[in-house]
Amino acid sequence: MSTTHKSRLPLYAFVGFVILMGPLPAQAHLNTTGMGPLYDGLMHFLTSPEDFVPVLALALLAGLRGASYGRRALFTLPTAWLLGGLAGISATATNGNAFVSAAWFLLLGGLLAADTKLSVRATTALAALLGLYHGYLNGTGMGQLGTAAVALLGLVFAVFVLIALAAAFVVRLRAHWARIAVRVAGSWIAASGLLMLGWAVRPR
Amino acid sequence: MNALRKNMPRRIRPGLGTPAVVTLVLLCAQSAFAHPQKGEAVGFLTGFLHPISGLDHVLAMVAVGLWGAQLGSPAIWLLPVAFPMVMAFGGTLGLMGIPLPGIEYGIAASAILLGAAVMFEVRPPLVVAALLVGFFAIFHGHAHGTELPPGQSALLYSMGFVIATGCLHALGIGIGTVHRWGWGQKFLRVAGAMVTAGGVFFLWKAVA
Repeated sequence: MSTTHKSRLPLYAFVGFVILMGPLPAQAHLNTTGMGPLYDGLMHFLTSPEDFVPVLALALLAGLRGASYGRRALFTLPTAWLLGGLAGISATATNGNAFVSAAWFLLLGGLLAADTKLSVRATTALAALLGLYHGYLNGTGMGQLGTAAVALLGLVFAVFVLIALAAAFVVRLRAHWARIAVRVAGSWIAASGLLMLGWAVRPR
Repeated sequence: MNALRKNMPRRIRPGLGTPAVVTLVLLCAQSAFAHPQKGEAVGFLTGFLHPISGLDHVLAMVAVGLWGAQLGSPAIWLLPVAFPMVMAFGGTLGLMGIPLPGIEYGIAASAILLGAAVMFEVRPPLVVAALLVGFFAIFHGHAHGTELPPGQSALLYSMGFVIATGCLHALGIGIGTVHRWGWGQKFLRVAGAMVTAGGVFFLWKAVA
């Protein structure tokens, strides 16, 4: 066994050498691979708290209710986000309404803080509405169809990963204090929404 | 020398592993993100620092956590949930320019009464405790709302502001866990007395 292994070593070394010598393009620059917009979309979501926080709140809410709720949100929200985004790409650019953004924070944060016993249908409806609204807003600001579609894919991928991680994390929580901590996070989100509402109506 | 090296614990053996990893990390070129959107550079930090930069706010918010820990479940989580929500409502009133009389007196009174509640280990019905905490939260929120600087990211400022408040409650709850021991109960009462003394000082400052 050992002898056979040793005798094949030069062959492996030769194959490895040939592979290493094969001249391939480095693909080190995103503009040659065309993957730049994908990361743009991904990073846009991760660095936009107005998008990120409502998704996190919905994921925590679904996770508190159970695995079936989490699974429903996991597939509904990214799909709705993608559809909303595709609709938004062809629309004229528009800015999000500060009142609606604050309302999402208040609604989802409040439901989470109160540990509301929502049905699966209601959770699905919330996920669909949130995805369509935010996806549409994202889509309107993305420019040309080709790059926008790729950016949208990156964004939807980030949404999917966030829901999967956050909901799965909460589903497995059993300790009473840990579930309370999740609800406290909901109260913080709702409180932030209330303050955002104040910012939106403050006299300038 | 080799024997010495062999006998050394693995984690302190000299080697190239750590420098190699550090070099590799430093060589990974990341985007600079040198141009954030309007207000995002300081919005969260300004909001986060606002509640903890005033001792009068800090005393009252920590006292909420201490009192919650003394009262036990469900007050231990209900009071810290109620406070940020009502405080945000007060902040909204301040942002909208709706005046509230006696803000500084209210803030000082919150430290005096919440400190006294901890000092005497007062155990009112849960609704009364939540109403008392909520009532004082309006004053704290209003003060923050009227002092918000212009040009900040509203969302990040708000999040920093709320998270800092929550952290102060958590600090109070963390300290309050000593309540399970006899010496801890005495310690909390002393802490309550100190919060009350601080409140009296701030009331005297507001009147003077």
